Amino acid sequence: MTRIVTIETRDLDKSAKEGGCGECQTSCQSACKTSCGVANQACEKAE
Amino acid sequence: MIHCYQFEGLNIVLDVFSGSIHMTDPVAFDMIKWYETEPAEAVIAKAMEVHKITREDAEECIADIEKLKEEGKLYVPDKYAHLAKDYRKKRFSIKALCLHVAHTCNLNCSYCFASQGKYHGERALMSLETGKKAIDFLIENSGFHKNLDIDFFGGEPLMNWDVCKELVKYGREQEKLHGKNIRFTLTTNGVLLNDEVTEFCNKEMHNVVLSLDGRKEVNDRFRVDMAGNGSYDRIVPNFQKFVEKRGSKSYYMRGTFTHHNTDFVNDIKHMLDLGFTELSMEPVVTDPSSPSALTEEDLPVLFEQYEELARLMVKRYNEGKPFTFYHYMLDLTCGPCIYKRVAGCGSGTEYLAVTPWGDLYPCHQFVGDPAYKMGDIYTGVTAFETRDKFAACNAYSRPECNNCWAKLYCSGGCAANSYHATGDIQGVYEYGCKLFKKRIECAIGVKLLTSGIDQPGKTE
Repeated sequence: MTRIVTIETRDLDKSAKEGGCGECQTSCQSACKTSCGVANQACEKAE
Repeated sequence: MIHCYQFEGLNIVLDVFSGSIHMTDPVAFDMIKWYETEPAEAVIAKAMEVHKITREDAEECIADIEKLKEEGKLYVPDKYAHLAKDYRKKRFSIKALCLHVAHTCNLNCSYCFASQGKYHGERALMSLETGKKAIDFLIENSGFHKNLDIDFFGGEPLMNWDVCKELVKYGREQEKLHGKNIRFTLTTNGVLLNDEVTEFCNKEMHNVVLSLDGRKEVNDRFRVDMAGNGSYDRIVPNFQKFVEKRGSKSYYMRGTFTHHNTDFVNDIKHMLDLGFTELSMEPVVTDPSSPSALTEEDLPVLFEQYEELARLMVKRYNEGKPFTFYHYMLDLTCGPCIYKRVAGCGSGTEYLAVTPWGDLYPCHQFVGDPAYKMGDIYTGVTAFETRDKFAACNAYSRPECNNCWAKLYCSGGCAANSYHATGDIQGVYEYGCKLFKKRIECAIGVKLLTSGIDQPGKTE
């Protein structure tokens, strides 16, 4: 593949089977307190 | 769905529903876009015409695109709506409390959403007894959750510091008895931050959020004491001492930017100059009629500032002086699972705010609004209709989000922002969406620019 590089990312489909433990930090309970964003939340299982 | 954009010379393709990210040369960038809606032969012909490449080259690129499609990394269809639909409704266990230990403040910031800590009510401090009962309530209702979060919030929580310390002690006893792990955090304006508080926080607080808006003149425009004096000179030395002793433990220097400092990257630079490296800057959320409210005219400036911030992060990374910006933190390989991405923030369901009197609200931003009182820590949640409404907020619950590429990054956004902007928690705070999308584009750009991976064709 000469024109495309694919970056390694978490497979969201696969995470539907292995994720959902609910142990990660609540989104707003960190640094923002005024806007929800989940993209920057860490996965508890990956730690 | 794909989202294609260019950032600092990079051609970036996000495949929304697989979470894949691709960097491409200009030819593949166009062909991936065209191939989403056009047949292969038309895409090949167009690529030969526009990019002056041979048929063989174009066919090879189509084959690569097809391969990614087969591998589930391009044009993956949306298949998560059913996960979002029931996730919150199936489980009403609580995992996080925002404990309003002090509905009073030693600062008088005019832009404060909590009306100088009073939340449009009486000044009050939470009693130790109420705080303990709140912890009992959390543990009793935490179900399967092992990790529980408690944030000491206000007003200014250090105005009730002895109670905070006693509650940590109580929480430590109770977590052992019940097999839980409580992570305490503190949000403070720094006025009362001293060595004793620092020492305790470094031992017990998982995270500490320190409020500073940046440059002295910016900070002191709003963050003033009761006499109207700016707080900068009092709080910055406290913060510096605190961070010096914090070591590798988590903290955030958190600022708010308004219409008056749309050049907020200068405030971030100022924080860096002061020695802080874990930073967060939030757009003000206030009445649109307020002079400090962000305007449509501010948007292009803010977009440029977010790009400037991204460039600054890459520059500092390359110089060996990296820093963290909360909204640009992304863990591409070990980030949130799809449930986290679709299920919304959890306000009103797994996350509740507790007033000094023990009343429950969906989150800190609804405290003081009687229509949103959800019950109290003594009888539990009683406003089931309200709870169900919050449980129904997710990445798929708003029609406006159907075709949005960013919905699996924001999870449907902030219910409080939606409510304040539209009068409905299921509304859409469009201004916030625009900023959010820009931030995610920049965040991914920073990740790629610091990944050590070159874009195809870069050296050609």
